[in-house]
Amino acid sequence: MGKAWTFGENLNTDEIIPGRFNITIDPLELAKHVFCEIKPEYAKNVKSGDVIVGGQNFGCGSSREHAPIAIKGSQARCVIAPSYARIFFRNAINIGLPILECPEAVADIDEGNEVNVDLASGQITNITKGHTYKARALPDFVLKIAEAGGIVNFLKEHDIEELMMNAEG
Amino acid sequence: MGTLIEEIFSRKAGRSVRAGEILLLDVDYIMSHDNTTPLAIKAFREIGKPILDKNRIVLHLDHAYPAPNVLAAENHKKIIEFVKEQELPHFYKQGVCHQVMIEEGYIMPGAIVIGADSHSNTYGALGAFGAGLGSTEIGVAWVTGKCWFKVPETIRIELTGKSQPGVYAKDVMIYIAGLLGMDGATYRSVEFGGEYIENLPMNERIVFPNMSTEIGAKCGLIEADSVTTRFLESDTPAQGPFETFGPVNPRYERVVEIDVSELPPQVACHPDVDHVKPLEEVAGLEVNEVYIGTCTNARYEDIEIVARMLKGKKVNPLTRVIVTPASERIYKKAMKNGLIEILMEAGCTVTGTGCGACIGRHGGILAAGERALTTMNRNFIGRMGSPQAEIYLASPATAAATALTGRITDPRGYLA
Repeated sequence: MGKAWTFGENLNTDEIIPGRFNITIDPLELAKHVFCEIKPEYAKNVKSGDVIVGGQNFGCGSSREHAPIAIKGSQARCVIAPSYARIFFRNAINIGLPILECPEAVADIDEGNEVNVDLASGQITNITKGHTYKARALPDFVLKIAEAGGIVNFLKEHDIEELMMNAEG
Repeated sequence: MGTLIEEIFSRKAGRSVRAGEILLLDVDYIMSHDNTTPLAIKAFREIGKPILDKNRIVLHLDHAYPAPNVLAAENHKKIIEFVKEQELPHFYKQGVCHQVMIEEGYIMPGAIVIGADSHSNTYGALGAFGAGLGSTEIGVAWVTGKCWFKVPETIRIELTGKSQPGVYAKDVMIYIAGLLGMDGATYRSVEFGGEYIENLPMNERIVFPNMSTEIGAKCGLIEADSVTTRFLESDTPAQGPFETFGPVNPRYERVVEIDVSELPPQVACHPDVDHVKPLEEVAGLEVNEVYIGTCTNARYEDIEIVARMLKGKKVNPLTRVIVTPASERIYKKAMKNGLIEILMEAGCTVTGTGCGACIGRHGGILAAGERALTTMNRNFIGRMGSPQAEIYLASPATAAATALTGRITDPRGYLA
């Protein structure tokens, strides 16, 4: 269970972590500056288990993985948005930051609401409002990567070809 | 059969594929630069398996090169040590990665090239699939030689007519960004075609796939034709024969038709790339810096346009005008042909090659309250330094006219 931090549409990677901080790849160091220009209070007050609630096209802009790493480094549990920018989507999956697509949750959750997320089922519960929402299921091979905690961990145990088994569609 | 992206992926997969399918494909080249390689090395080390094929790996130092601070220097050191350790044959520090990839002949029609940089879409100008990925996937591809892709749906942009003097590919692409919006093509392949594109030289074509990133596209593609072949033969060391191919009985998700004949110069205004206006609506706005550079518009022809307009004149003395050629090859040609001297005589500051001021590390950082007009492809808040600075995007010609007056200026009154 954690607190929701809400963000607007088309949130870009410079707004998540400005380019000038990307001289390190240390998640905790990056987390000190995450959202620093648009929500400076976030980095100071975020607690483990908090949830990022974003608008559509979340994470647009550069290919920098620093953006999902900075969010993961801040101990946020996951991101919920109606849609993600393409590269951010891939990057978040690859580094093991859970991301859920759920327009209903985004429309209803307000900043500061207490939110519980069950990643396995995709069920999102807004404890403050007493509402529940169901996130869109992730494709099978994406789940395989997410369950392994990222593609690097997946490859330690598997060959890349195993990703595509039963994943056509 | 199918759209350009279906054609390219089908050729690679050895069977006919359709939008919506998920594929695991061999990649021809794997590109990364000083900003993204350290994370790829980290992923590579964690996986703990050897590199599959060194010849497919291409590394660049361009984002903060030469190093402007100790942390960037440490990144460069780490990358060079890795190049030495792994004996990697393709290592460059002579300009913006995408320009160098094209100049050095890595990009061929039908190739699949992934890059840890969002503007890897640029390669689509030569009929190749280029897409930006994160560093982790680059490390994965070093080990596996493969990458997963979902075959995207396609938006076809059909461009007709001939643009007016003073109106360039950049103006047309900015107009498209305004029309489609910054998420207008998310996950999609964007195919640029029609008689306008067919008649464009390669340096202008490159602008479209390059900026397809700005509308969220997975890739931006232009079919490989005789212009592509001639460019590859004359401007790159790539060895032919070169394939030419286009879409065959394509099914498009959407077709957008645009007649460029009447289009005036365009500007993407602070703070979003889709906040687009005809130049006349923002003409006269004072700027503190004009920046001519980047993978979008710092090729020889761009610098030539600027030099022609500035020849024998002086830029506004209170405006910082910075020119960063995209590559050393461009820089040398511009020097040999007297363009650099013209620019310097006019009061421009010409810097070394690379990404320069575009990512706000060095070479033209903006202070709070300042405004820049640039030939870049994106104008995110804080991108060039202070988050209180404003960035406007336009063509090299608009940049040159603006340099002369210190205010956003229509280039059509200043064309040489």
